Amino acid sequence: MATSKTLGESLRQHGVSRRGFLKFCAATASMMALPPSMAPAIAQALEKARRPSVIWLSFQECTGCTESLTRSFSPTVENLIFDVISLDYHHTLQAAAGDAAEHAREQAMNTNAGEYLVVVDGSLPGPNANPGYSTIAGISNYDMLMDTIDGAAAVVAVGTCAAFGGLPKADPNPTGAVSVQDLVKDKPVINVSGCPPVPMVITGVLAQFLTFGTLPELDEYGRPRAFFGQSIHDRCYRRPFYDKGKFAESFDDEGAKAGWCLYRLGCKGPMTYNACATMKWNGGASWPVEAGYPCLGCSEPDFWDAGGFYKALSVPTGSPGDVLLTAGAVGAAVGVGAGLMSRNQGKQAAKHHDKVTADQLEEKL
Amino acid sequence: MAKLAGIPIHIEQPEAEPQQFGNALPILNEIRHALARFAERAEPTRIDLAAIPFGPGDEERLMALLGRGEVEATIDALGPTRVWETRFPGVWVLDYANVEGERIALQIEIDEIPQMLRTQRADITDSLAALDAALASATAADPAAESRH
Repeated sequence: MATSKTLGESLRQHGVSRRGFLKFCAATASMMALPPSMAPAIAQALEKARRPSVIWLSFQECTGCTESLTRSFSPTVENLIFDVISLDYHHTLQAAAGDAAEHAREQAMNTNAGEYLVVVDGSLPGPNANPGYSTIAGISNYDMLMDTIDGAAAVVAVGTCAAFGGLPKADPNPTGAVSVQDLVKDKPVINVSGCPPVPMVITGVLAQFLTFGTLPELDEYGRPRAFFGQSIHDRCYRRPFYDKGKFAESFDDEGAKAGWCLYRLGCKGPMTYNACATMKWNGGASWPVEAGYPCLGCSEPDFWDAGGFYKALSVPTGSPGDVLLTAGAVGAAVGVGAGLMSRNQGKQAAKHHDKVTADQLEEKL
Repeated sequence: MAKLAGIPIHIEQPEAEPQQFGNALPILNEIRHALARFAERAEPTRIDLAAIPFGPGDEERLMALLGRGEVEATIDALGPTRVWETRFPGVWVLDYANVEGERIALQIEIDEIPQMLRTQRADITDSLAALDAALASATAADPAAESRH
């Protein structure tokens, strides 16, 4: 359960010095994409912060988002769980099972009514879909979400499935999957998209709520601007090659070996907004483009239906019909356009319950 | 869980110099502007290198350009933090690691002395109380102390 002890008191009790605390704040500022000069303000706020209760709901998902979170470096997930938040319900991480687990959720909701955070990963069958596609303890995902958010302060949709529907919602969307923001209208929803999201972005959003008690500034898709404010393309270390017109044409040509731009190999960096290029993965070790692989655009709505992963953005992608788009000039519009078209296709598919094979899907791409 | 460094992969370093992606010099320019501000107005600056889109070799290039100066320190709090002054006095590098030795932040600080190295006022107050307590305890245990008062 959430405790009344402040974080400052908790840390001092554990023998953390003020220099150690300042270091923690410097790392937290970096994690929240705030300027390092904010560290003293963070220290002051964290000194008084109380651990919020967090209820984590997992619906139609692959557990990749939790896998990502548990590889978060600063603070480590152990810090986050035991010092910064009170994680009262999480299928994968909690020890309790069955009725005891559900009671833990209900108790956290009652004890912290109006103050707890709900984190959701995975999409869920909408109110008009067959609820049997995904249930927990005999409760449909829809009923569990609506029941749990009733007393929540805010909802954080972690991963592209929760934020935009993701893979379950991809054409032909057999389960009638919808995103959290399609259902939650009377509570603030923060979308932390990505497949999976960058772990430090997940913890950064939770840390921001904890530190300042406020929700971050969001973009038009409900994502925190601090992490999703700039395109992968604009922050890419290979951008100088794009500007010079130097492109890899295949995965093993001289351009690829020299680290040139991956745009012609299908990189979706120009239409993708995320923090991979600067925060990177595995504790800052690398990220897809640094490994020589084009960005898939996994943090954008309906990216699964937005065309072939290896087709350059300026090439017709099949799914969006005859629309010819040029990267850079259109930016996020690619994602929006493709998203709208795939949504219409999804509705048609749901209506007729079209069945497709993997070969047919490949032909469409 | 196995640490990244524990995975038995042998990385062969290329014989040639690491490729430059041209992202080090803009940071050096930013440091130059920050140093000018500090010289004119004593305004300190911190630059978070985690927010910079470095490619392979860019960080090494920047660190080589900055070089090492006369001062080096290690702070042991929540894991080691290595601090060193570069060959440009007033330009410091702070390399923060967690208790497992994994880097959690890398910053450049332009100041006379980095904030992390300064003793905080609250610590000085606590320190005075602790020293008084130690002195009182030592005095009580020392029979010769009475005669010195």
